[in-house]
Amino acid sequence: MIPRHLYIGISVLLAAVLAMTIYALRMRGRAVATSVSPSDTRPVAPPAAGPTEQVTLFVAYDDIGMLQAHAARIPLPSVRQQRAEELLRSLLAIYLDKSSPHPLPPGSDVRGVYLVDPGLAVIDMNAAFADGHRSGILSEELTVASLIQTLSTNIPGIAKVKILVEGKERQTLAGHVDLSGFFDAAGINQLAAQLQNSP
Amino acid sequence: MRWSSTRSSARALGIIIASGILFAFAAFLVLAAAPQKHLSVYSTAANYSLPIVQRQGRDYVGLLELLEPLGSVSAKFDSRRWRLHYNNILGEFTVGESRVRIQGREADLSAKFFFENDRGLVPIDSLSSLLPRILGGPVTLHVESDRLLIGSVGTHFTAAIAPEDSSRLVFHFTAPVNPSVSTEHGKLHMTFSREPVLAPASPTLTFDSKTITQAKFSESNGAAEIDVTTNIPLMANFSPDGQTITLEPSKAQTAAASNTAPPAPPQKLLAPSPAPPGAVPSARRYFAVVDASHGGSDSGETLSPSLAEKDVTLALARRLRQELENRGIPTLILRDSDANLSLDDRAFAANNARAAVYVAIHAASSGHGVRLYTALLPYADEEDDGPFRSWSTAQQSSLGASQAVLASVAAELKKQQVAVRGLTAPLRPLNNVAMAAFAVEVAPPGLDLSQLASPDYQQLTMSAVANGIADVRAQLGMAP
Repeated sequence: MIPRHLYIGISVLLAAVLAMTIYALRMRGRAVATSVSPSDTRPVAPPAAGPTEQVTLFVAYDDIGMLQAHAARIPLPSVRQQRAEELLRSLLAIYLDKSSPHPLPPGSDVRGVYLVDPGLAVIDMNAAFADGHRSGILSEELTVASLIQTLSTNIPGIAKVKILVEGKERQTLAGHVDLSGFFDAAGINQLAAQLQNSP
Repeated sequence: MRWSSTRSSARALGIIIASGILFAFAAFLVLAAAPQKHLSVYSTAANYSLPIVQRQGRDYVGLLELLEPLGSVSAKFDSRRWRLHYNNILGEFTVGESRVRIQGREADLSAKFFFENDRGLVPIDSLSSLLPRILGGPVTLHVESDRLLIGSVGTHFTAAIAPEDSSRLVFHFTAPVNPSVSTEHGKLHMTFSREPVLAPASPTLTFDSKTITQAKFSESNGAAEIDVTTNIPLMANFSPDGQTITLEPSKAQTAAASNTAPPAPPQKLLAPSPAPPGAVPSARRYFAVVDASHGGSDSGETLSPSLAEKDVTLALARRLRQELENRGIPTLILRDSDANLSLDDRAFAANNARAAVYVAIHAASSGHGVRLYTALLPYADEEDDGPFRSWSTAQQSSLGASQAVLASVAAELKKQQVAVRGLTAPLRPLNNVAMAAFAVEVAPPGLDLSQLASPDYQQLTMSAVANGIADVRAQLGMAP
């Protein structure tokens, strides 16, 4: 009963929908591949100009389950907030390197660090950092302790730290370590001391 | 005329497509809204529940998962045949067939056997004939309510109005019970999801009382319920041994009616205050709470392609419960099946149990040995409110006790030559638990990840954890 030209019209429309779907999926796949491409991983280059400063980075080592303090000289801007961001990017650069002692997911980055007086630091990480993070209490707590201890050691006056992911609160980093509250910098300092003792 | 015919055909086609979309949407809504059914299993070894799946309109359950807590069980799938070993019994099942062989003898299922995602599924209504052949003992299946009793494990009860006070109803049970209690206008419900409570001779009991007129027993979806009909607000009091529940008029309600009730606490999450040091709460029925972390859609760490953290934690938790109970320590397991439980649910359940110690079980592929954690509390952003503890730092006053238990457990693990490390961790729900609390993260002893699933390794570690808890039970308020 349905006229032939209607069949033809619907068939053409369905073919168009199918073609557009395939095209959209291919574009999406290309976009995903681009965003996780190793070529996009940090390190972000430090500022070309400016004096270098000595800092202490607390680096996690998965093989021994420990945190170790490393002295490094890196160029740092004079603005406190930007100094905090560059510090964490320098730390992430170690974790994103091929010989990383504590590999983080490709594309992990700091979106921003906000220093809010009195004594609050908000670290905003990107989705790649949290979504691909290895699951496990020790693995997750090494990451968190490394970030916060590095920040609070080199930026005086930080009493508490909040970690966000893509600007939003997240319950856990990768199923274990709690990100819903504020980290007590003094408590993390004690944890860092525990993690620097050999098991 | 022709244009009119074309238009009516197009309209008909449009109606058909729209109806199809609406039907699919409605079917999706119905399926999404359908509650997950569970089979509750009661045995002398363990009480647990398993998810029920529907195949071709019938209820099915995983046979391996059902037998796992009851004994040594393994299975192998080869082509279409699934061979199951339970202790020394061999069962052979063929996909798509209802005829099975148990120890070489043939038996019939009520419907076809399915094998999906490494799970052998059998129809639930066949369990009453199938399981006795495998277990070698009687089982009782309550098909309508999805409850399975293995052996003589039923809990019976009596109910009677107290002779001295007709507004009090006293239930006596043959074994300890811990129902969840809720009330609504004219009713008090007691739901027994963990205990094999059985119906009395008559499911409806009537009483010669003006205030409490009847109690009605029913069972559905893996639980038993007793509904008490009353015309006054009632509260339930539990005896210390957990075998007697007394329903009596609610004093709080009476006080509220006379406007003498204290003001309600502010609307924020608070944990109940822990008992004073050395005091044993009269309502305590469990000394330890064991929490198998993750579960349901939260698999935890993927330890290996075939091993999820949630499965290892469940096996470890069951072993720990058994080891603790072998040492005379009454233990509540929070997750005894592949169920979703939020962190808040876990903390609420642990605090409501008013136990002395809470143990969260985790597993990890990195490192080796066992890591023990006490809470690393967050920056305190809210204060305790009178007798209530701030939810985010409820663990604060118990940290000393938590560290004492951790030290004891670490010492026992060292005695067993297990590598052990004690740390703090920002790990929920430890922060929200108002009792001694610690987490156990079990990693393989060496490089072989499959050791995490090894019964010997699980037994070694959980036995040492149980010893460590038993060693400090007196400090935690339990007679040695």
